[in-house]
Amino acid sequence: MDSMAFVMGCSAIGAGLAIFATIGAGIGQGVAAGKAIESIARQPESRGTVMTTLFISCAIIETTAIYGLIISLILLMANPFVGQLR
Amino acid sequence: MDLANKNLALLFEIFGTHVYLTQSLLSTWVVMAAMILFAIFVKIKLRSFSPVPSGFQNAVEFAVETMDNMVKGSMGDGFGALGGYFFSIFAFILVSNYTALLGMRPPTSDISTTLALALLSIGIMHFLGVARHKGRYFREYFEPVWPFFPMHLMEELTKPISLSFRLFGNILGGVIIFELIYELFPFPLRFVIPGFLHAYFDLFVGALQAYIFTVLSMTFISLKASAD
Repeated sequence: MDSMAFVMGCSAIGAGLAIFATIGAGIGQGVAAGKAIESIARQPESRGTVMTTLFISCAIIETTAIYGLIISLILLMANPFVGQLR
Repeated sequence: MDLANKNLALLFEIFGTHVYLTQSLLSTWVVMAAMILFAIFVKIKLRSFSPVPSGFQNAVEFAVETMDNMVKGSMGDGFGALGGYFFSIFAFILVSNYTALLGMRPPTSDISTTLALALLSIGIMHFLGVARHKGRYFREYFEPVWPFFPMHLMEELTKPISLSFRLFGNILGGVIIFELIYELFPFPLRFVIPGFLHAYFDLFVGALQAYIFTVLSMTFISLKASAD
């Protein structure tokens, strides 16, 4: 088999697998948003503080998903394995 | 389909490395020019400002006061001088993200821009930490016992990486999605469907990421340098 095609195909599979990192971030953001809504329902006057904290914590949770996106972008655009073949 | 940040022209060569004028660098210059012109315009208008604000003066004072109150509210006392810094990075990131609406490649979709912004905030954090806490700043790395030093060091190293990659990943994700969308849809639909997506990915995510970058910088700086 052509080794170049093999490496590029495996890189594409790896890029797809790296997006599995978003599962954890999705579950985490769902839990955070649910808890925020619970606390707003209990104390509606604390809405502003809860929303600000929710946005910040969602951004921090999102970081793991972004790392997955970065890895798959590296595999798709600036593949380090293709360079080693030459 | 080409998603890469294209080189437009060769600028100069330093130590054997070619430095190119890329699409994102060009839009950085456009953003800088627009913001500098607006600042000069405000500076000229400043002479005719009256004690009772109205119209344009109201808008400018509202923006500056909102950011000053945010700095006071989330960082406590002693950081009033940083209000201007946070206002500038917030305005720069916001205008940069919104350049995608004009069809330019946003400067924040380039890792160099976001890493520079993140290193600026982290540099201010360490500088203020050393300047205000002196020896206590270094002692915090060895708490509660000295074997925790590598973990503290790792935490400090990941701060600029996570701060820059968050902004970069969000904005570049938007850019890639629009490249795909404009390839995907047939001719007449291209004028209808992307409008709603632009409202979410450019307007909402752009403003949210600018806000989050600013608030996280505030949190990092106040955690290291607040005088408790």
